[in-house]
Amino acid sequence: MNTKILNLLSRNARYTPDELAVMTGLSTAEVEKEIAEMEEQGLICGYKALIDWEKVDNTLVSAIIELKVTPKPGHGFEEVARRVMKFPQVESVYLMSGGYDLSVVVKGKSFQEVALFVAKELSTIDSVLSTATHFVLRRYKEQDVELIGAPVDDREAFFL
Amino acid sequence: MDYSKLLNPEVCAIPPSGIRKFFDIAGTMEGVISLGVGEPDFVTPWKIRQAGIASLEEGRTRYSANKGLAALRSEISRYLKRKYTLSYHPDKEILVTIGGSEAIDAVIRALVCPGDEVIIPQPSYVCYEPMTRLVGGVPVIIETKAENEFKVTPEELLSSITDKTKLLILPYPCNPTGAVMEKEDLERIAKVLKEKEIFVLSDEIYSELTYTGRHCSIASIEGMKEQTVVVNGFSKAFSMTGWRLGYACGPEPIIEQVTKIHQYAIMCAPTTAQYAAIEALRNCDGEVAEMKEEYDMRRRLMVSGFNRLGLTCREPKGAFYTFPCISKTGMSSDEFCERLLLSKKVALVPGTAFGKSGEGFVRASYCYSIEHIARALARIEAFMKEEGVL
Repeated sequence: MNTKILNLLSRNARYTPDELAVMTGLSTAEVEKEIAEMEEQGLICGYKALIDWEKVDNTLVSAIIELKVTPKPGHGFEEVARRVMKFPQVESVYLMSGGYDLSVVVKGKSFQEVALFVAKELSTIDSVLSTATHFVLRRYKEQDVELIGAPVDDREAFFL
Repeated sequence: MDYSKLLNPEVCAIPPSGIRKFFDIAGTMEGVISLGVGEPDFVTPWKIRQAGIASLEEGRTRYSANKGLAALRSEISRYLKRKYTLSYHPDKEILVTIGGSEAIDAVIRALVCPGDEVIIPQPSYVCYEPMTRLVGGVPVIIETKAENEFKVTPEELLSSITDKTKLLILPYPCNPTGAVMEKEDLERIAKVLKEKEIFVLSDEIYSELTYTGRHCSIASIEGMKEQTVVVNGFSKAFSMTGWRLGYACGPEPIIEQVTKIHQYAIMCAPTTAQYAAIEALRNCDGEVAEMKEEYDMRRRLMVSGFNRLGLTCREPKGAFYTFPCISKTGMSSDEFCERLLLSKKVALVPGTAFGKSGEGFVRASYCYSIEHIARALARIEAFMKEEGVL
């Protein structure tokens, strides 16, 4: 495992092995080997572009759904989590501490579509006791990337 | 009114900053990518800002002691001990100033009499020569060489010393060359100095940004503490440029006199900044290390980038600048920078802005994001191809 490479790739997955080699002080071959190993071990789970979908289509919506769930004997929350995560509308599923059990991020083409999905698909699951839907109104920051107001370099002094 | 008769001719004789011209042009252009700024891109760590805010909330808005808050001087003393094995008494040997700049000015004023010679290695930061001239001192320039990694050699030092020499300025880690003086280099210099009544002003503002090994202060070399004033500050290490806070440390009789100048010119450094600085010294080693690691990564990327373009770039071991050689393009430093700016909108600083011996070099700062640096390098590559030098 090489946390330096991981940190760099998590900032920008498009750094080439050559660039990573220069930045970490390793050789290109070593960087390639490290990355291959970390992919193999599942430490690196994938490489995806971070897309501001709302700019692509401003009718798209997403919501965070709180699910209260009865855990199954012997299976805990995993059985219901596995079921929920299979829906293509579901972007992520987390087991939570606190007032509810599963946090589910759902995306859809409209408020209605998401609401119907929750009503028809999630609340009807046996072990689901209740749902609460919170729509996302605006994204300010996504996976460390600030989506509003590109930072401006306001350094004025051209001191030597 | 004839202002030229009113003004001090010594002040009028100081030439304007060598890069003004470029940045005046750059300022009027759209889409310029600059590698010109000599200031961290990081914001001051939040803990430090918070400490400044807290001091305001608590109403700590008065003057501090002339020398600076006692608590801050104690922290500076502890910090210098733990980082550089330097011992300075917080009440007698430390003065808190408005940035390293004020410390440099006040120390030069306290030591240099009209006619005294001040040895200044170049290429280096631009303030030493004008400050020396303003007190009637005579700058004696050592033109450090690329083949010596821009260090001052004992031979160069010896041949610059006369019976009028009062002060040696030692600006390492060096802006713009990135050179550092290692312990062995300093020992050789110290050997020359110890036999003479020459004082050293060691400007160590970039001490935290030393990438290979630990920074060594000349004051930590045996016998040198007595003839050295160390200047340091918060701007570079803690990304606190706008807070304007630095300090000078040296023998009590010197600091006592420097304090008089500071007391009449300044009163005391800003109190808010001093409270923030206490937090910086107490609790921010981690933040400093993180910023340094980021600079180090950019440094490698930039050095490799320039070398790939055939612009020989030695490894800068300190500060946050690279100093590649552009002489193979057949252009002068000024010419290279001006043409690059006009044709590809990339702003670099010509090496000559830091002294004549900077000819053939340009300064590129890596106080910029990796993406920014990569974009600038791509434009420089395109420029070199267009000029037929790549």
